[in-house]
Amino acid sequence: MPTTGFDVKYVAHLARIELTPEEERKLAAQLGNILGYIEKLKELDVSQVEPTAHAVPMLNVTRPDEVRPGLSNEQALRNAPSRAGGLFMVPKIVE
Amino acid sequence: MLNQLTISELTARLATRQCSAREAMQACLERVARVDGRVKAFLSYDAADALARAEAADKAIAAGANFKQRPLLGVPIAVKDVLCVKNHPCNCGSKILDKFISPYDATVIERLKAAGAIVFGRLNMDEFAMGSSTENSAFFTTLNPWDTTRIPGGSSGGSAAAVAADEAIATLGSDTGGSIRQPAALCGVVGLKPTYGRVSRYGLVAFASSLDQVGPFTKDVRDAATMLGVISGLDPRDSTSVPEPVPNYAAALNGGIKGVKLGLPREYMIGGLDAEVKLAVDSAVQQLQKLGAQLMEISLPHTDYAGATYYIIAPAEASANLARFDGIRYGLRVDGSGPIELYGNTRGAGFGAEVKRRIILGTYVLSSGYYDAYYLRAQKVRTLIRQDFLKAFEKVDAIVTPTTPTAAFKAGEKSGDPLEMYLSDIFTVAANVAGICGISVPCGFTRSPRLPIGLQLLGKPFGEETILQIAHAYDQSTGWHKEKPPLP
Repeated sequence: MPTTGFDVKYVAHLARIELTPEEERKLAAQLGNILGYIEKLKELDVSQVEPTAHAVPMLNVTRPDEVRPGLSNEQALRNAPSRAGGLFMVPKIVE
Repeated sequence: MLNQLTISELTARLATRQCSAREAMQACLERVARVDGRVKAFLSYDAADALARAEAADKAIAAGANFKQRPLLGVPIAVKDVLCVKNHPCNCGSKILDKFISPYDATVIERLKAAGAIVFGRLNMDEFAMGSSTENSAFFTTLNPWDTTRIPGGSSGGSAAAVAADEAIATLGSDTGGSIRQPAALCGVVGLKPTYGRVSRYGLVAFASSLDQVGPFTKDVRDAATMLGVISGLDPRDSTSVPEPVPNYAAALNGGIKGVKLGLPREYMIGGLDAEVKLAVDSAVQQLQKLGAQLMEISLPHTDYAGATYYIIAPAEASANLARFDGIRYGLRVDGSGPIELYGNTRGAGFGAEVKRRIILGTYVLSSGYYDAYYLRAQKVRTLIRQDFLKAFEKVDAIVTPTTPTAAFKAGEKSGDPLEMYLSDIFTVAANVAGICGISVPCGFTRSPRLPIGLQLLGKPFGEETILQIAHAYDQSTGWHKEKPPLP
């Protein structure tokens, strides 16, 4: 059963998305349908198949470990919704 | 009408001083002012900045600049709102980016500028490239220049519509499951999705990192070859870009296609395929045969699983990529009593319905207890789908299919049912899953209403030269791409 174990409220919390009760109701139905569609993959025997994460796997792409120019403090903070003293302002995290 | 020209036509006139870059830019801006109220392809553009850049191009031309070195010198090009353009806004069709201004240029933008292009506007799209109609844009829906009661396709709908309506000489879009090829087909223009790794993704806002590629929309195949040559190649800032040499795509076009082997996958002749689309594709195939191509039936046995594979992998990667939109460093912030509530409130208010759906689906298929059943299984099926293509390409040089099962649908027709919308991508998703290249070229029209139909050619990994050559031979012998939509 596709919807077994699918708790929209819980998954939305994991995804850090606050939903209205109306959105929750709608999403549960729609995601039930979509999960039904993707269940199709269970028809295939993949026990002997290696997974593909990237079509063109590039391994160990590195660059020399040297300091390079990056964004300045001002550029990095330019789009900040809240800032003070050259830092991002965030709500209090530790009591 | 300078805005109607192709890249090759415009640069030929610029090189011989028959027109100036300023005049060409002005013509595009006038066209946007005249038709974009109906088409709604542009989210924003900066006319003064565009004209200043065009004047700079004119100075470079007067000083003897070389069009071989700068093949887009003076050419007005607009880009999908998913690419960062330094000091310009970038919204990805979403409210969550709010007043975001890009601090740097995407690599493809840098390369366009280095080639002399005038990058002048941001084009509408489905929010974060999730959709097939632009109806998921948080701003407005772009409409199809051929029939403004219909959608242009998506997610790069603005990029396709702007080229079809002659508002830009060419545009860039991105393709994660068909988002270049599907709107190109529905708007009657050429759209190319390069092989995964061919074009740098640096500065392309990520949707599904193992599937996304940037590619061009153009008025003919030659222009697609020119654009691809400019944007391709290794970029040290994108570790998935591939150190494969970049051929001179435009120079490779004139070889003819005698003896080229084309595969027709029997799995693509499905029930949902519209009769007029089938007819147009069948006669395109006959045309390719007349030009000397050899046709053979092939099988891609896992075709039927590509959609389900895509709708696990893409949302899974999106759920991770879109975690960055948290209201802390940029974009919208909706306060809460603590950080967790702030994240939830910001993302609840900032994302639209389709983006929420995909993030939640992606979070679910990656969550503990479901990872193996969904995500890992999809990655294994991905291997089978890729092997199908690689096996087929041992026998054929390219694969021919319809780009979409139907012509453009009505605005609102599928927006209530996400799953039905997903099925409009069935012919395009497999190329992304397999990481191969593909192009859509105009191949005819439905009768009433008169709507464009697209032919898709799929090529081997890094086989862009071959599909461009076939597509070029086709467009030169038919001229479907020259038809213009009935706009005032």
